[in-house]
Amino acid sequence: MSIKLEHLNYVYSQGTAYEKKALNDICLEILHGEFIGIIGHTGSGKSTLIQHLNGLIRATDGKLYYNGENIYQEGYDMRKLRSEVGLVFQYPEHQLFEIDVLTDVCFGPRNQGLPPEACKERALEALRLVGLKEKYYQSSPFELSGGQKRRVAIAGVLAMRPKVLVLDEPTAGLDPRGRDDILDQIAFLHKESDMTVILVSHSMEDIARYADRLIVMNRGTVMYHDEPKKVFEHYQELEKVGLAAPQVTYIMHDLARRGISVRTDVTTVVEAADEIMRALEKAE
Amino acid sequence: MDMVQTENLVFEYEKRDEEGNVIGASRAIDRVDIDVKEGQFIAILGHNGSGKSTLAKHINAILLPSEGAMWVNGRNTSDPGELWNVRQSAGMVFQNPDNQIIGTVVEEDVGFGPENLGVPTDEIWQRVEESLKAVGMIEYRHHSPNKLSGGQKQRVAIAGVVAMEPKCIVLDEPTAMLDPVGRKEVLKTVQKLRQQKQVTVILITHYMEEVVDADKIYVMDHGHVVMEGTPREIFSRVDELKSYRLDVPQATLLADELKKRGLKIRDGILRKEELVEALCQSN
Amino acid sequence: MIRDITIGQYYPAKSVIHRLDPRVKLMSTFLYLISLFLFKSISGYLIATVFLAVVIKVSRVPFSFIVRGLKPVIMLLLITVLFNLFLTRSGEVLFHAWIFTITEGGLVTAVYMAVRLIYLIIGSSLMTFTTTPNELTDGIEALLYPLNKVRVPVHEVAMMMSIALRFIPILLEETDKIMKAQIARGADLESGNMIQRAKSMIPILVPLFVSAFRRANDLAMAMEARCYRGGEGRTKMKPLCYRSRDYMAYLVMIVYVVTVVVIGRFVPLHVWIF
Repeated sequence: MSIKLEHLNYVYSQGTAYEKKALNDICLEILHGEFIGIIGHTGSGKSTLIQHLNGLIRATDGKLYYNGENIYQEGYDMRKLRSEVGLVFQYPEHQLFEIDVLTDVCFGPRNQGLPPEACKERALEALRLVGLKEKYYQSSPFELSGGQKRRVAIAGVLAMRPKVLVLDEPTAGLDPRGRDDILDQIAFLHKESDMTVILVSHSMEDIARYADRLIVMNRGTVMYHDEPKKVFEHYQELEKVGLAAPQVTYIMHDLARRGISVRTDVTTVVEAADEIMRALEKAE
Repeated sequence: MDMVQTENLVFEYEKRDEEGNVIGASRAIDRVDIDVKEGQFIAILGHNGSGKSTLAKHINAILLPSEGAMWVNGRNTSDPGELWNVRQSAGMVFQNPDNQIIGTVVEEDVGFGPENLGVPTDEIWQRVEESLKAVGMIEYRHHSPNKLSGGQKQRVAIAGVVAMEPKCIVLDEPTAMLDPVGRKEVLKTVQKLRQQKQVTVILITHYMEEVVDADKIYVMDHGHVVMEGTPREIFSRVDELKSYRLDVPQATLLADELKKRGLKIRDGILRKEELVEALCQSN
Repeated sequence: MIRDITIGQYYPAKSVIHRLDPRVKLMSTFLYLISLFLFKSISGYLIATVFLAVVIKVSRVPFSFIVRGLKPVIMLLLITVLFNLFLTRSGEVLFHAWIFTITEGGLVTAVYMAVRLIYLIIGSSLMTFTTTPNELTDGIEALLYPLNKVRVPVHEVAMMMSIALRFIPILLEETDKIMKAQIARGADLESGNMIQRAKSMIPILVPLFVSAFRRANDLAMAMEARCYRGGEGRTKMKPLCYRSRDYMAYLVMIVYVVTVVVIGRFVPLHVWIF
């Protein structure tokens, strides 16, 4: 599996007074098994970008290759692409509609044309993967708590057994623990299966903790595409476009400026604690 | 003077089975006592479902206590004769920016509250202008709310409350649905209002970074107030906060991690500057 | 498709028509629509056309924008015209084939009907182009106010209208989002027969209704929190008041109606088109 974008452009409402360039000459390559983080402020084009990955939005210009095949070529099977690139929208629980959890999760596989038994099998597997307790399987999805609903919605996409899982701010509106639970579950999924995960988030702290590589979007262009550590080195440039590095990165920079010889490419709390201890012990 | 005060507040709602028969009661708030003085900035923390929003809705008399009592600005919210006085003295901003804007034009939405209060037309215009200036949205007065960003919508909602000239503003997770830029906008606006209008602010949230400036924090869990104190007191109890499904600012978390590794560092660090200072001194 | 509908939209521009009191515009539109059915001669149509053309010119709404508003109703227009064309039997037979007969009278009625319908749509959309939704609801509330005496909840109806106007764009956007999300889950919304297609709407309609109810609930709470308690004791931020231009407009309107009725009815200028 690989996704390759070549000089991709997308213009909103082309030819009208409201014309707006949402994506500008995007070139990217996402490889099999990566955990990619996408950050960018609202309106930077990140949501538009991910909707291109499963063909929901068609680029006005440029090419998108999935496994080496141009998805814009005549006769390309978009439905197959959509079952291979699973997209979880923001507040995905807003799409739940069936009478019980299990039936709702079956919706995807059923659309893939699988027989009822296989649908159920996949739905059960997906619900196990998102860690929802079995006692809820027969409940109405509308009776669950916010965090549980979100798990069901994610399971609804996982049940299609996608090779790539794209999540648009899966933690929006959840409380801290709910947020960590969902992210840990996604990290677990990524480790257990050989799925590629693309995570859109506003939280630099979260992205720093989970992503192997980071794509920073700004005004419809890719500003950085690198390892989180390297991206956060540019914390001053990030601030200029309304973003920021994780708080610990700032602390490390401040400490270094005050004469404590710590590494500054630190992005998580545990890493920072280790590094500060090392620096202080060395100084003694 | 007490702005908001509760005494043994209990809120129960009926649980029903599928046919709609009552099968028992569930306590969303269980014997809560809080006390907010005029002009204070109070934060109520708690995970989703801890009862914090239910408590907030009592301050505005949207919900009434099942047992115990709630006083707002000296008036008992359960007294039907005081209902509109209570709602006028304690304004409320909700979580979803889209679902609380009524007007199709920004200025008309801000005027909605004063219209309901029967304020004369000239004064409505004056109040609308002043409130929009206070939240920094005056240049958007003729815009449609649909074209605004989440943070801007929340500022309009705040202006709508300010125009009613309340003594106390209750913000029920106003930033939960916003991006970081929008969150900052809203918090800055709230700070500015506190300074300009000396209004009492009660902020309900689960983002810890937003409450480091509070005069007092209440932490709720399962309908109870489980922790109460200044931010410094609260944030020095990292493990306890985590047990209530909450989170602490990264600077506090890092200080805690360092302490666990044997470093001597003072308790209750809230901001990154404080941590840097403490580390430089110990070095 | 949804974007093509310009009826009911507001077109911001600075013109006398835009500045008129909404009550004037509502009443005038109403009068104009009635006037279209009060005459039968070419002279009447001429006056109605000139009047409409002048109002369009003064309103500064581009003609192309107005024409676009006609697009969604073209089908309706065609059906009406065809019915009149083939079902009216009077005068000379111009064309006959199988069961279809076109008579002179049929042709004339069809043409007149089409013109009336087009003017009717242009006339009423001109009102919405030049009046903001709020002014419109205020105007309706004020005009219907007498009905309050017979227990019609005029204020509540007007409030519901303005809330609907505020939430229509939000719900349209939401529909789009839900559709995309279900398509991402493999939903097929396009193929199949009528029943299959209706069935495939369930995954969109259920979440949409759930969301609409949630929003309604939230909004009701927010309105209560802001001391809303119906129309009683409420003041207005933008009360309606007539100015001299509004009286002028009423006068113009009356002059037009009288002229069109008198000339259109009693001046027998029957110049047939052929």
